[in-house]
Amino acid sequence: MVTRLTTPAGSPPPPLRVAAFSEVWVQRVLIGAVALWLLGVVILPLAEIVGRSLLNAEGEWVGLANYYTYFTTPGLSVSLSNTLWVTLSSTLISVILGLGFAYALTRTCMPGKGILRLVAMLPLYLPSLAQAIGLIYLFGNQGLISTGFFGWLPEWRIPLYGRIGIILGEVIYCFPQAVLILSTALLLADARLYEASIALRTSPWRTFWTVTLPGIRFGLVSAIFVCFTLVFTDFGVPKVVGGNFNVLATDIYKQVIGQQNLVMGATISVLMILPTGIAFIIDRLVQQRQVAMVGSRVVPLQPRPQPWLDWVSFAFCALLAGIILLVMAALLVASLVKVWPYQLSPSLRHYNLNAVAGGGYAAYGNSLRMSVYTAIAGTSIVFVSAYLVEKCRAWQPIRSLIYLASTLPVALPGLVLGLAYIFFFNTPDWGGIPNPLHGLYSTMALLVICNIVHFYTVGFLTASTALKQLDPEFEAVASSLKVPFYQTFWRVTLPLCLPAILQIGTFFFVQTMVTVSAVIFLYPPDLRLASVAVVNMDDAGNVASAAAMSTLIVLTSLAIQALYWAATQRLRRWSQAWQQR
Amino acid sequence: MPDLRPVEESSIPAVLPTAGAGVADPYLHLRHIHKRFGSFTALQEIDLAVQRGEFICLLGPSGCGKTTLLRIMAGLEKPDSGQIWQGGREITTLPPAQRDFGIVFQSYALFPNLTAADNIAYGLVNAGMPKRQRQQKVEELLALVGLSGSEGKYPAQLSGGQQQRIALARALALSPGLLLLDEPLSALDAQVRANLRGEIAQLQKRLGVTTVMVTHDQLEALTMADRIVVMNQGSIVQVGSPWQIYHHPASPFVARFIGMMNFLPAVIQTSDGGGVGVRCRDYPLRVVSAQSWPIGSAVNLAIRPEDIRLGSLDYETENTLTAEVLRSEFLGSVYRLWLRVGDGLELVADVSAQASRHLGHETRLRLQLPSQHILLFADANPLPAQ
Repeated sequence: MVTRLTTPAGSPPPPLRVAAFSEVWVQRVLIGAVALWLLGVVILPLAEIVGRSLLNAEGEWVGLANYYTYFTTPGLSVSLSNTLWVTLSSTLISVILGLGFAYALTRTCMPGKGILRLVAMLPLYLPSLAQAIGLIYLFGNQGLISTGFFGWLPEWRIPLYGRIGIILGEVIYCFPQAVLILSTALLLADARLYEASIALRTSPWRTFWTVTLPGIRFGLVSAIFVCFTLVFTDFGVPKVVGGNFNVLATDIYKQVIGQQNLVMGATISVLMILPTGIAFIIDRLVQQRQVAMVGSRVVPLQPRPQPWLDWVSFAFCALLAGIILLVMAALLVASLVKVWPYQLSPSLRHYNLNAVAGGGYAAYGNSLRMSVYTAIAGTSIVFVSAYLVEKCRAWQPIRSLIYLASTLPVALPGLVLGLAYIFFFNTPDWGGIPNPLHGLYSTMALLVICNIVHFYTVGFLTASTALKQLDPEFEAVASSLKVPFYQTFWRVTLPLCLPAILQIGTFFFVQTMVTVSAVIFLYPPDLRLASVAVVNMDDAGNVASAAAMSTLIVLTSLAIQALYWAATQRLRRWSQAWQQR
Repeated sequence: MPDLRPVEESSIPAVLPTAGAGVADPYLHLRHIHKRFGSFTALQEIDLAVQRGEFICLLGPSGCGKTTLLRIMAGLEKPDSGQIWQGGREITTLPPAQRDFGIVFQSYALFPNLTAADNIAYGLVNAGMPKRQRQQKVEELLALVGLSGSEGKYPAQLSGGQQQRIALARALALSPGLLLLDEPLSALDAQVRANLRGEIAQLQKRLGVTTVMVTHDQLEALTMADRIVVMNQGSIVQVGSPWQIYHHPASPFVARFIGMMNFLPAVIQTSDGGGVGVRCRDYPLRVVSAQSWPIGSAVNLAIRPEDIRLGSLDYETENTLTAEVLRSEFLGSVYRLWLRVGDGLELVADVSAQASRHLGHETRLRLQLPSQHILLFADANPLPAQ
């Protein structure tokens, strides 16, 4: 037996099965393909829109003249300060509320955590403008609260249209994101630090400032960055409840759709990228310093019952969840009654969407198809590129560039991306050089690409985190056993990352279903979309139909999310044998 | 205490293949390897020849470059310059897949979603081995590492020691010419580690597979290796059998890194053919040394704690001193004593539990530093801080 296992000393080593083509070349071709893809869908379109802001409508070089026009036109330049003002207020409010909510979820023993968490996440599943429509049904002229529940209670009217409405809508819109990020950060706490703090007789207040806050500072920066970018670039809420209060996002829309002034649209787009770009760079710099903290083994913190704190937390969370539920319920009820608020008898007539302008059920079908394609193609591209960056060893500098270009899209507002795609893909040629991608213009494929890029970063980072958790030596072992990397990818990496892959797919689907900003400039007339239909119905005054379409979108997204939960449950059972530790 | 020191160098247990051709033509040959990471020099001027069937340990403190050297042997890192030859062909630039080695990592790196059998057969499937033959081979390998019957278990269902055995079986599955072990025992409990240490060494001898193991544990290196390569700060500082490394360390660094060593500053007084007379503080001592030393030069004397003789020394005259016992530590089979000679010379001596009975509880002891056990190092090597 022994002699069969090894070659006798002196005899030549067993012949190796050398692959016909080198693995390194396969990797290089793939890395090159991903680099080209990012160049074509991120870098060049971005360059194109920046370039266009320096040209006039006839395509002649005018330098910074467009920016001069912008800042000297009072009607335009005021929206920059408006946008900053509502963005900073909304970010501050949602991060503070989100921190309270996340703290209650992770560090107290309050009752009803599961249901509260679920309700807090609801706003993720509908377009931001649906939130604003819900607010109109509560605080608008005929709103439930404005009219004191139709006269049963004293009237309570707030000036909804303008900054207050925008801030209210935006806080509901980005609250779940803040809760998600901060509860993840709070869960990573090390119980031993708290035990040490108790042993040293530190007051709870001081413990909060010296242990809790420093422990979540990276999550806090991340939450602020995400909320800032979401609000700064959001189009849905100001579109519906902005009134005469102009912000950058609505300005771009008005310039492009209303006045066909693409040059000014490009100029405002660049102004919009600047703050999100700066926020992006700050976030990257801060997150880089986090590396030193991860890696040590952490003893998870188990919250202990503290009746007083638990019930205060419950009251706080229930209040916030109640507000979210109220907005959702208003939307749902409004879509299900005959005429709000005059005829409150139930009716499905608003769901006869084909009867109103906007695209009807065909638009819904298109959105569904677009989301499925985006989920499948987006997940594949994102996972493969994250794999190439994390696990391959060829072409280190190019892989670093791919990483950078993959994290960049998070700083690009949907409207800017859509406009950039118009400029880039609608150009038949650049001074004689034909544009090979011109054929994609006004196709479903371009809508799918735009959505993939719009939500690229989150998917990429999720995949990259999942891959980092795998033993870095798997690839080394496999190559020592003469197994090509793609085989190990298929047999080991992919099965181990299946939960993350499902998560990324669900994320792409839901985001594509609810997005407005990325596609509103891009969709061709024969490819209307559900979320855009909500905008158009609302514009045309068919608010109840807009509410009905929004309800359809929420239900679809929730159904996909439920499907994801069911799938991960089954997956967990299937992989139990090798996941138990 | 019996003197186990062989009289002649040739009486070291013969572990090297002595065939003349083998020595002249090493199985694995590294020449002038250099490697930098940015401004950090990881390896410089590494020359190493490994004979077929040899068990080599790369030993050194963390950051000394031993793991980088192993990864260069595997093709997982590329050297900046230098050459690597294995089995008569140059492999310097070959990717891992085109080399001939099996590797075991500290983290086991077993594929968690595959059973023990599938892990072991991972490379066999790709080599195109028919299923029946594959099963037979997996059974053989499992028997070899003492885990027959574990085919269907997933890595998470096995203990750390069992997982590492599976990883070893997987590495041996393709009958590689070279086995690379990257701190394979570091993640295991002390008892498991001691058992597996012996088993791996025996297995290696049975299979005769050329093996290079990285470790920072001197005990592992001393017990398992045919030859030890001691590394420090990216360079090889000494290569030799465990016996040579322990008894003839080439530098104070090696002396201190492997086992325990007393260092005493001294000045050369006389130097003749067979010995050296030195003055250490106020005490004249004799040291056996073939080398001749310039009179008046500063040196360091080095002696292992177990080489210091204690008690019943009335008839001895050479190198005897009187010391005060500062404290003692009970280590099971030996006592370790901290001694002070005069007003400042401190020494550590080990005495077997049996011998300690003759010492009683005296606080003053006679001790002897046997002249043949004292090593001399020129003072040019600054001593690392204790």
